Amino acid sequence: MKTLSIIESAYRATIEEQDDTIVWIHGAMKGAGADLAVLLRGNAVNYLVQRQDAGGLAFGDWRQTQPPAIASDLAALAAKGIDIRYVAEDLAERGIERNELINGAQPVSRTAVGELVGSYQRVWYW
Amino acid sequence: MADKKTITIAIMDAPYESGRSTTTLRLIDLAAKRGYNINVFAYEGAVLQPFSAQKPHPNTVHGRSVEEENHFIPKDAIASLMQAAEKNGGKIDWVNCGLCVDERGAVDAIPGVRRGSPADFWTMAEASDNTLVIATR
Repeated sequence: MKTLSIIESAYRATIEEQDDTIVWIHGAMKGAGADLAVLLRGNAVNYLVQRQDAGGLAFGDWRQTQPPAIASDLAALAAKGIDIRYVAEDLAERGIERNELINGAQPVSRTAVGELVGSYQRVWYW
Repeated sequence: MADKKTITIAIMDAPYESGRSTTTLRLIDLAAKRGYNINVFAYEGAVLQPFSAQKPHPNTVHGRSVEEENHFIPKDAIASLMQAAEKNGGKIDWVNCGLCVDERGAVDAIPGVRRGSPADFWTMAEASDNTLVIATR
């Protein structure tokens, strides 16, 4: 069943997990044959910004050598055939330009979200 | 039961951190009373919900002993829900995300809980009448 996942909570333990766990689970489910699409809204639209760098975390002698790279993770989802969309107004409200985003993500206006949701048989809100 | 329903619930919150955990268990309770088959995919901190090492404690602020306090223990609630589901002709298939278990050392869970992966969540959702995601906020 074609499923739309709406991701709104952003940077939820991403440093600890070295990814966003919801983005991650979609990659895992896609690998298991799931038919998925993702809509980013709210602060989660920032996940699409290419030039973000979570590197540099260190505690004593320990260094995090594999920081999260969520924009790349989303690009990987798109490459696997998962449609990636974002709410255009949420992007604009945060001062993010479209040319800052990874390729392949499609804008959806806030007024069109209802129609988008209605086009899926199942919707999950994360 | 011709109209037996199957639902899948994904939960993420760890015990004692959010009212969403209690809400989830209340929804499961209602479904169990109706004899539904209930699939639960516990993701991230929620794998600690059925952690078998949970122990009740007394509460000196309340002035109550451990017996008097009757502290809420999620693993016991889950075990009770499993029994209620069976009694009413349904069942609870509780799947703990295996990687989430490993990173938390939460290997020991009550009987009836099994280890799984996101593929199990997808499979359970596909076989259900409906799916509810209760994510951490």
